[in-house]
Amino acid sequence: MPIPVSPSSLAAFLAGRLLLEEEVPFPLSNSPQLQFISGISTKNQFYHCERCGSTKKERFAMFPCARCGKACPYCRHCLMMGRVSGCSRLVRWVGPEPLFEGDGTLHWSGQLSEGQAAASDAVIRAVRDNSDVLIWAVCGAGKTEVLFQGIEAALLADKRVCIATPRTDVVLELAPRLQKVFPDAKVTALYGGSLDRHSYSPLVVSTTHQLFRFSEAFDVMIVDEVDAFPYSYESTLQFAVQKARKPLSALIYLTATPNDTWQKECRLGKRPFVKIPARFHRHPLPVPKLEWGGNWRKAIEKGRLPRNIKEWAVKRLEENKQALLFFPHIDSMERALPLFQQLDPSIEAVHAEDPSRKEKVTFMREKKIPLLLSTTVLERGVTFPNIDVAVIGAEDDVFTESALVQIAGRAGRSADFPDGKVRFFHFGKTKAIEKAVAHIRQMNKEGREKGWLDR
Amino acid sequence: MNGCLLCEEETNRSLNWRQFFLLEAPPALCLKCHSTFERITGEHCRTCSKPLAAIDPAFIADGICSDCLRWEEDLTFQGVLTGNSSLYSYNEAMKEFIARFKYRGDYVLARAFAEEIKEAVKKIPFDLVVAVPLSEERLYERGFNQAEALAKEAGLETADVFERIHSEKQSKKSRTERLQGPQVFRLKEKTVISNKKILIIDDIYTTGSTLRQAALLLKQAGAVEVRSLTLARGQGT
Repeated sequence: MPIPVSPSSLAAFLAGRLLLEEEVPFPLSNSPQLQFISGISTKNQFYHCERCGSTKKERFAMFPCARCGKACPYCRHCLMMGRVSGCSRLVRWVGPEPLFEGDGTLHWSGQLSEGQAAASDAVIRAVRDNSDVLIWAVCGAGKTEVLFQGIEAALLADKRVCIATPRTDVVLELAPRLQKVFPDAKVTALYGGSLDRHSYSPLVVSTTHQLFRFSEAFDVMIVDEVDAFPYSYESTLQFAVQKARKPLSALIYLTATPNDTWQKECRLGKRPFVKIPARFHRHPLPVPKLEWGGNWRKAIEKGRLPRNIKEWAVKRLEENKQALLFFPHIDSMERALPLFQQLDPSIEAVHAEDPSRKEKVTFMREKKIPLLLSTTVLERGVTFPNIDVAVIGAEDDVFTESALVQIAGRAGRSADFPDGKVRFFHFGKTKAIEKAVAHIRQMNKEGREKGWLDR
Repeated sequence: MNGCLLCEEETNRSLNWRQFFLLEAPPALCLKCHSTFERITGEHCRTCSKPLAAIDPAFIADGICSDCLRWEEDLTFQGVLTGNSSLYSYNEAMKEFIARFKYRGDYVLARAFAEEIKEAVKKIPFDLVVAVPLSEERLYERGFNQAEALAKEAGLETADVFERIHSEKQSKKSRTERLQGPQVFRLKEKTVISNKKILIIDDIYTTGSTLRQAALLLKQAGAVEVRSLTLARGQGT
């Protein structure tokens, strides 16, 4: 590694991080500015991984370690980031924090909607007071713009900001967008395999996983899509968020679909939040229509599409309107694909592990695919300007309230085409379905009351 | 509940009676993960286990692949390795598995195929098992020797008879480089080897160079026969 060993570069490399000794490309001395922590500690007879915070018994395994010569525990949970074992050491910088160069002035001439402006003020306040706030913004509200002024305030006060999101796709999309509006501050994008790993910057966009490598680093922590898999499922990722922020720091959550507990806390006034119930284009959210889809699974297994689902698809094909059709599982989707392809051979299906997922999404954007079948992988984060949306098997457990609200939120995104149609085909209404519809209606109602909708 | 070593899903959904009475260990991998690996069945090279279906018939003579024939033409290596058995082809799933096991250091994965290794070993005549050693440097870096781990988890006791002196990574070298390279192993313990049939365990057979180097050394030290068993069989270059 051609990095010069000077105290300042060591500081630049290590500040705010918690790394395995092996990850540091410098020889490490026993400097008082460095702190070494044992990789795995024991708490109440349970192992605890100091990097990812995992404590579950089944996440640890033992191996005969050639380094320490003993039976050594190691953490399987964050193994893919380099093994943390009982005898490995994590290192952090405890010397003075290095100053970063650059200027955090915002260069953006756009206009915030009224809803966005209110949320933006709340973000600025949280940054200034080191407090917590939830920004509850509907799909298509324009969440990113809401952050701009708060980030500027932080950067101008020499604070370090992190935006953590569960998806690499979002990191890749967000980082250049921020770099554009903050041209004189360096934006670092962190995800598995990214090249930015060694640079120090005041504005970091990271996958939630990469936060494991930080410790007390950020003055402002912004957590995008708090409710999204895997963050809300993984207590270790919550640990990562807490570990990566400074003890005294601002914590800003963004989501369109807070979970039940959070919604309740908001109602009871226990959680500070700002709601943006209206989209930036001032049109209401499309309300899903529910329709009995019968035993659609059985029909598909028998090699036919339920009549109404088929009609829905045929109508879109005839009208030349693109659509997303969501399925609960890969296997039912793959069974259905050839049946849809009988209607039009260019119909495609996509799921998380699909190697050509990116190409298919691009083809959809280029309108080369008329209907795209998908698992919940496309439930959020993707925007096609003018589409209709259907859910096949909306009764399935994977379609939680938040999943359904997000899916419905794919329609009517652009100001030019604000009227997408949303249809939930179900084999029995679930609570989640009803809650999702009520959620959307409620948001529209609040948007209207605030005068943030034009109709 | 037993989680699959790879995906953590429950593995023993269809628990049989032998498993219920703890006479048999529940499988280490779930069926779905296990089915991504490709067991070498059907016709394979009598010497090195390479599946013959993948080879142009012009390169097969008498059930032996051309690679092995070439080895047998080499006066130094003629007859040093009596035979190699490999359990799985080195497909994408196996590549990923070995990367996680060996390079990421997920030691417990050594258990994933332990039962199958145990079964395979029963068909091989041997007196002594050895694992291909790692250089000291590499051993420190990885924390364990993957070949040793495979043997140990399959219940095989290994003898510590030789060490690796050459530390450069084999996988980064071309076939010719490997073939012409100097001996990478050095004997530590000679006495236990003489007149023994030896079984060498390794994670993967790629060109067969490592195993033949080891076999050569063991033969020179008096072993009567050397065979090898590897989890995976790579394609070789």
